[in-house]
Amino acid sequence: MGETQLLLSLAVALFALGLLGVIVRRHVLIMLMCMELMLNGVNLSLVTFAHEQGSTVGAVLVFLIFVVAAAEIGIAIPIVLLLVRRKHTVDLYAYTDLKG
Amino acid sequence: MIESVLLHLETLLLYIFGIGALTSAVLMLVLRQPMRVALALISAMVFLGGIYGLLGVHFIAAFQVLIYVGAVMVFMVYVIMLLDVRDPSCSQRFSRLVVPGILAFLLFLGVLGYGVWRDLPPLSGASPGAAFGLQQFAASFLQEYWLHFELTSVLLVVAVVAAIAVIQVSRRDHG
Repeated sequence: MGETQLLLSLAVALFALGLLGVIVRRHVLIMLMCMELMLNGVNLSLVTFAHEQGSTVGAVLVFLIFVVAAAEIGIAIPIVLLLVRRKHTVDLYAYTDLKG
Repeated sequence: MIESVLLHLETLLLYIFGIGALTSAVLMLVLRQPMRVALALISAMVFLGGIYGLLGVHFIAAFQVLIYVGAVMVFMVYVIMLLDVRDPSCSQRFSRLVVPGILAFLLFLGVLGYGVWRDLPPLSGASPGAAFGLQQFAASFLQEYWLHFELTSVLLVVAVVAAIAVIQVSRRDHG
């Protein structure tokens, strides 16, 4: 198995595991962490392609994803804190009245 | 024996880091305490940083550790400390969607893995493109992609404003 295929398979596996975690776990913070894992999988695929092509585009996109991840966590954490303050729990099933 | 190990040291390390990252990702799904999940995620990120270093993009490896482990995960660990982790109301680990979730996971993995496997251009035997250095990256970053760089600063400002707005809502509700 070539290096590229190995790394891309790892990236796919990390993304899928993160998605499974978002679906399956019921702790809000753990769901957020699984989303970070999905972003890491995407980053790995971008770095692999950039390495294979020898172009800097993939690395630039990785940096933009770093910024997006920081912004995402900066906005998600206050929302989680607000929800926990209102519901007094981190259990996802306490928030079902948000369905609208 | 030792010579052959040294000859394939890079591939060996790549496999070790890959297996480590995969194991940490699986551990994230089964561990119960949020703090342990955070530690598993941190180890996965450090393993990925090692892979980036092996691929020759050392500055991305450094920023992976600095930004992800140093900023994002420290923030996350801080919030875990702030919330009571021994919250008894969240005793169940998995939601009701375990079985459909795992089925969807297997389907997704199969489709995506098959797509990656089939559509990957055949390895032409050509060596991977020459690794680019920090200088080349910085020049292309600030000459070709400066607009995107500026747009991310707008995104960060929006995130800060939104976070402050959320805090204002919280303050208004609780006097």
